[in-house]
Amino acid sequence: MRKIWWKFLASGLLLYTVIFGLIGDVPRQPILNETIRNVYFHVPMWFGMMALMISSLTYSIKYLRQGQTQDDVYAVEFANVAIVFGVLGFITGSLWGNYTWGDPLPKDPKIIAVEVGLLIYSAYFVLRGSFEDEQKKARLSAVYNIFAFASFMPLVWILPRLTDSLHPGNGGNPAFGKYDMDSNMRMVFYPAILAWILVGVWIASLRIRIKLLNNHLQENI
Amino acid sequence: MREIKNLILKDIILEWRQKYAFNGMVLYVVSTVFMCYISFKLKTNSIEAITWNTLFWIIILFSAVNSITKSFIQEKAGRQLYYYQLAKPSSIILAKIIYNFLLMIFLGFLGFFIYSVFMGNKAENLWLYLLSLVLGALGFSASLTLVAGIASKSDNTAGLMAVLSFPILLPILSMLIKLSKNAMDGLAFSSSYDEIMVISGIDLIVIALSYMLFPFLWKS
Repeated sequence: MRKIWWKFLASGLLLYTVIFGLIGDVPRQPILNETIRNVYFHVPMWFGMMALMISSLTYSIKYLRQGQTQDDVYAVEFANVAIVFGVLGFITGSLWGNYTWGDPLPKDPKIIAVEVGLLIYSAYFVLRGSFEDEQKKARLSAVYNIFAFASFMPLVWILPRLTDSLHPGNGGNPAFGKYDMDSNMRMVFYPAILAWILVGVWIASLRIRIKLLNNHLQENI
Repeated sequence: MREIKNLILKDIILEWRQKYAFNGMVLYVVSTVFMCYISFKLKTNSIEAITWNTLFWIIILFSAVNSITKSFIQEKAGRQLYYYQLAKPSSIILAKIIYNFLLMIFLGFLGFFIYSVFMGNKAENLWLYLLSLVLGALGFSASLTLVAGIASKSDNTAGLMAVLSFPILLPILSMLIKLSKNAMDGLAFSSSYDEIMVISGIDLIVIALSYMLFPFLWKS
């Protein structure tokens, strides 16, 4: 966690994404036109959210197995940042949808899935808020986190593929080829995913450190 | 196995002794159906097929949440501690799930009967519709039992129950509405294998997770 090189990597990749995402060459697609650049910002939000949710899940499992307070802090903060990424993805998506599909909130299984995901993680925080005892809070919310994640997954990965969706790569296999990206775009897209995930982990790790230091201070008073 | 059977019997006997709770659940279903009858059927004398279906599932969802909420709060904490020493947590959760499943099947079938009397039966493939009811009862009871276990530890059980369970039930509810829509259109079993498989898969995942996670809940 305290190694510094990946923070430079994250900032470098993010700068690269922003600069080349805005001035790089993109293929001219009907309807999409220049808005295809949003692929560098909208799609990585989902990758970031999924990565953070999976980290949160891992720490919840770890907490239940070993019962160390810091694992609970990790799980909470990863979930927190996952919600922020989810909201950002939602906003970038509705901006994009407004200009390409003509509607900021069309009927689409993936949008519904994300709304449900945000509801689930909000419920997670409501649950945490309703307990005083730290241990009880940590244990019950870890149980809910695992349970909610497992019932959220079918909504994200299975249901959209059974129904029609406006998003590319549905109703069949989730191929990225359907984004109609050329090699120029891929050169920006893959680093963008990595950059946003790293930024998410960075934010989460800062919050975790603050919280752990706070806990430490309170214990020593 | 014997342990599970005894725990289920205990739940049934307890329910039988306090009949008011059970009658309350039945009355809940009946009066909700009657409310829908008055607000839809009497006013406009017609209801669209999709509305009919969705309304039914909403009624079932609410009565499920309402009746399963009390599975862990109707007994005192002291008695829970007593069970904790007698039985394994995994058999307690399985017994609760099976008991709630039976309860949901009863409430679901009763609800469907009353609903079709008042609002008319629009399901052409009745057996497929009933199958979706059974699968729904299984999924609802499995996920709601664990959530009831979580919510029972807080002071605000009823409010927390709705907040925690609705997002979790949404995937299964949307699949159930799809499957029962197929049943209403009179499609054969073979055309809805996909939905049946997905719902049974979700049911299995939920049951397995409740089984694994409940011991952690039980401790606190």
